[in-house]
Amino acid sequence: MTTRTIRTPRRHTSATSQVQTRFAWLLLAPAILVVFGVILYPLYRTVLVSLFDVRSALDPSPAFVGLGNYVAMLSSPSVWASLGRTLYFTVVSLIIEVTLGLCLALLLNAPMRFRWLFRTAIVIPWALPTIVNAAMWKGIYNAQYGALNAVLYQLGVIHDYVPWLSEPWRAMNLVILADAWKTTPLVAFFLLAGLTSIPSELYEAAEVDGLGWWKRFRAITLPLLVPAISIVVVLRTVEAFKVFDIIYAMTRGGPANGTAVISYYTYQTAFSDQSFGIGSAMAMLIVLIIAILCMIYLRLIRSSEMSLL
Amino acid sequence: MNLSRRTVLLTGGALAAAAVAGCSVTGAPAPAATTGSTGGKLSGTVNILLMKQAGWTEDDWAGVITKFNQTNPDITINPTFVAYEALHDKIVAAAAAGTFDIVLMDVIWPPEFAEKKMILDVTDRVPANWKTEMLGGALQAAEYKGRFVGAPQVPSTKLFFYNKDLMSKAGVDESSIDSWDAVMTAAKAIKDKGLSKHPIAWSWAQAEAVICDFAQLLGAYGGTFTDDAGKLNFNNDAGQQTLQFMVDSLKSGISHPGSPTFLEDDVIKALQSGEVAFGLNWESTFRDLNDTKASKVAGKMGVSATPTGPSGKRPGVNGAMAYAISAGSKNPDAAWKVIEFVTSREVQDPLAKSSMPNWIASFSDPNVVKINPEVFAACKVAYADSILRPQVVNYNKVSAILQVEIQNALLGSKTAKAALDDAVNQGNDALAG
Amino acid sequence: MTRRKRTQLAVEITAAVVGIVYLLPMLWSVIASVTPASALLEQPLRWIPSQLDFGRYIAILTPGGVGETGAGFLEAMGNSLFVAAITVTIALVVSIFGAYAFARLKFAGRRITLALFLSTYMLPQIALLIPLYFILNQLSLLDSRWGLILVDLALVVPFTLWILSNYFLTVPEELEDAARVDGCTRMGALWRVVLPSARPGIVTAIMFAFFLAWDEFLYALIFTSTYASKTLPVAIAEFSGRYTTDFGLVAAGGLVAALPPVLIALAFQRNIVSGMSAGAIKG
Repeated sequence: MTTRTIRTPRRHTSATSQVQTRFAWLLLAPAILVVFGVILYPLYRTVLVSLFDVRSALDPSPAFVGLGNYVAMLSSPSVWASLGRTLYFTVVSLIIEVTLGLCLALLLNAPMRFRWLFRTAIVIPWALPTIVNAAMWKGIYNAQYGALNAVLYQLGVIHDYVPWLSEPWRAMNLVILADAWKTTPLVAFFLLAGLTSIPSELYEAAEVDGLGWWKRFRAITLPLLVPAISIVVVLRTVEAFKVFDIIYAMTRGGPANGTAVISYYTYQTAFSDQSFGIGSAMAMLIVLIIAILCMIYLRLIRSSEMSLL
Repeated sequence: MNLSRRTVLLTGGALAAAAVAGCSVTGAPAPAATTGSTGGKLSGTVNILLMKQAGWTEDDWAGVITKFNQTNPDITINPTFVAYEALHDKIVAAAAAGTFDIVLMDVIWPPEFAEKKMILDVTDRVPANWKTEMLGGALQAAEYKGRFVGAPQVPSTKLFFYNKDLMSKAGVDESSIDSWDAVMTAAKAIKDKGLSKHPIAWSWAQAEAVICDFAQLLGAYGGTFTDDAGKLNFNNDAGQQTLQFMVDSLKSGISHPGSPTFLEDDVIKALQSGEVAFGLNWESTFRDLNDTKASKVAGKMGVSATPTGPSGKRPGVNGAMAYAISAGSKNPDAAWKVIEFVTSREVQDPLAKSSMPNWIASFSDPNVVKINPEVFAACKVAYADSILRPQVVNYNKVSAILQVEIQNALLGSKTAKAALDDAVNQGNDALAG
Repeated sequence: MTRRKRTQLAVEITAAVVGIVYLLPMLWSVIASVTPASALLEQPLRWIPSQLDFGRYIAILTPGGVGETGAGFLEAMGNSLFVAAITVTIALVVSIFGAYAFARLKFAGRRITLALFLSTYMLPQIALLIPLYFILNQLSLLDSRWGLILVDLALVVPFTLWILSNYFLTVPEELEDAARVDGCTRMGALWRVVLPSARPGIVTAIMFAFFLAWDEFLYALIFTSTYASKTLPVAIAEFSGRYTTDFGLVAAGGLVAALPPVLIALAFQRNIVSGMSAGAIKG
């Protein structure tokens, strides 16, 4: 996603470039080994399984079905429904995280004493392991002893404890909130990194011109923040579309499949139903959709001509 | 990332080429030609996959293993405990590798595991007296198509737990709550007196738990899951009345509104807090309710078999589990030795606080009954009649469908009839596919 | 008070409020972890417990036999530390070499290789789960910490490689050229010139790598089974299943499990922004 950030090194003669090439591959060999050595063969297996009717890992000779699993998958309403939920999860997550993250970044970038204290408060949620975060929010939303109920009850907002995770749409939104609580700090730090790279002379010049805060934000901050926002959007889209851990730990797809995102449904299809063929096809579908999303983003970013990507 | 498209294409092309050349599809190791016997070798390590919730605790197991090694020093038992929610998937993932010699399987999994040849047929190993001396419900969990594919772990069903304190404050007599009608009346009295906002808690989360509760109620209404031909038919009148009962109890506020998010552990917690008067749960719940460290209601709880429904019957959902020897086991003879030990009366009887024993005779042995008298009394009634969830290969898929549709009805997004019709249609499709 | 001063005070007050509100969920976890189990169930809830109960922390951190509360927790903690530490170390070494090649050397296939590395990020873990299980089994690396390190590395290295490649680009090439004129080899220059100036980038890479390895759940769930290799996320997930009857215990376990990454975040927080701004954003 950042191939363009790599500047072409200065020209060399062809003899040195041959030496360099060999040296480069030597240096890269360990990284290639630990990444592709682990990924390529299993990926090949999964693609292969997606072309066969595999219903047991022990089946020595499953039937070849070509694209049959893909056809079955695409004609299943459950797959489309879970794709829809994943898209909802991704879009709402992104909106919350980028908006909130931008506010936090602006605040972190503003002049203040004890900045480290504020930064500390923001960095802690990001450090929390996802499973711990999920367990914590599950406790907060709990219908019997949850803190959310206790607060709202004591403030008189509700008169009876509410089972927050009992309705599909509400449960989805609350899971998104729990997820965003942990990931927004990361977004904020990425955006803060972008903010600090904006030359302060630009702001000084704008102030001399008498531009107000909002106008300065619109004219300078936002355009120059586009590269940082783009990277964050790409990163978080990929992550959000793959979301699994927090669903597994908080709702297991319930209630009434309200939080059954595509990764969770894929896991369920492969392991719970032992439909490995269709499960593998679904995994490939996830890869494909993420790849398409990334390409669309990068095309948009490039055509906007504002990016360093 | 202008390169990624090329990248994707390149990678795709290379993989397709490789696929043509591939022979074994899953990459699973070739299954060893196992006869299910190692010529009587009784040594080495036996890996057992067990679960953390309900039944014997990890502590109980530690004691059992020590006892086993006193007479079998050559066999090392290596137990692994995972959460029930992770148990099935762990068995599936480990099947091809033969990681575990013995796996604990739920009563709903034998068709799946047996048809996919993940577990061994042990019929020839099973002693003749099991058929006559063990409880029928326990045996069911180990059988498939008339063959033994495992050994019964323990019998199990959901019992009815009630808060005697709240009942007496509301003027409800303990002996009166024998039917669901009476329970609802009692619950209403408790609610009206302000003793509990929502007197009944259920485990109706999107999980197997809701199917267990549904099954038990379905039995009380005289219904079944399948007809004689094996087709799903729980959208009949009894099924609809069952689901309507669940929906109404939630709507009237008699049932705890958190029920659609609760698993069994949450029901225990609700009962322990004293905010809830009634709940259905597994046998070991009684132990947890009387645990003074976590429970506010220790000593105030009663337990009975599940109340009767309009049909006059009270079948309990069969929640038994069984030990199966995995097909990939390299030590099946030693594994069977372990199984024989852990299913024996001498081992099972002393642990009656955690789980009821397999053996009919235990129930009339005063020395055993006195270990856990209230639960023995309840189980004696409860085990007399049971309802079995559908014994089908793709049970998990059918169950997942029913879980969602039951929740759709509970949420009010479908009528009971529509939800069950949809569940039956999708379920029968799944059975056919 | 000048206008600037007033603005600053307003910013500080806002930051204080936002910071506190943001940490409220964790604050409740802390309270719950020291509130007696039965008091947690009270309605209305008393936010400040009348007595503090540190029993859960003691139970968790006491090495216990089978069946005791603390059984396995310390082992899981040890496993997580082992896996994360080794994964971070290997990932760092491997990525420093690789990143140097990407940032400094000209060779055919450079861009496509980097793109390939980054595109592995798009793969969901489920896509590799079953075949990986067979491979680890054949290598006798199931239920093994080294097996987890192997699969975690494939997740972590693309990320660290990306951060470091970009950071190395910001280290002026002239510095390195000067060192090489003085007789340094390329590796010598990397060691003596590039690495010292790339400290913020390296620290950022360590943080990301540690968080990724510490956080990893699905592989650990499927590939580990005993406390010989089970990591904290799996232990916590089982914990919350087994002890939903006491949320305080889940909270206590979660807080202990969060301690190492939180400490690392606190120690390195100053570097996050500089490491990222040079590494990822500027280019």
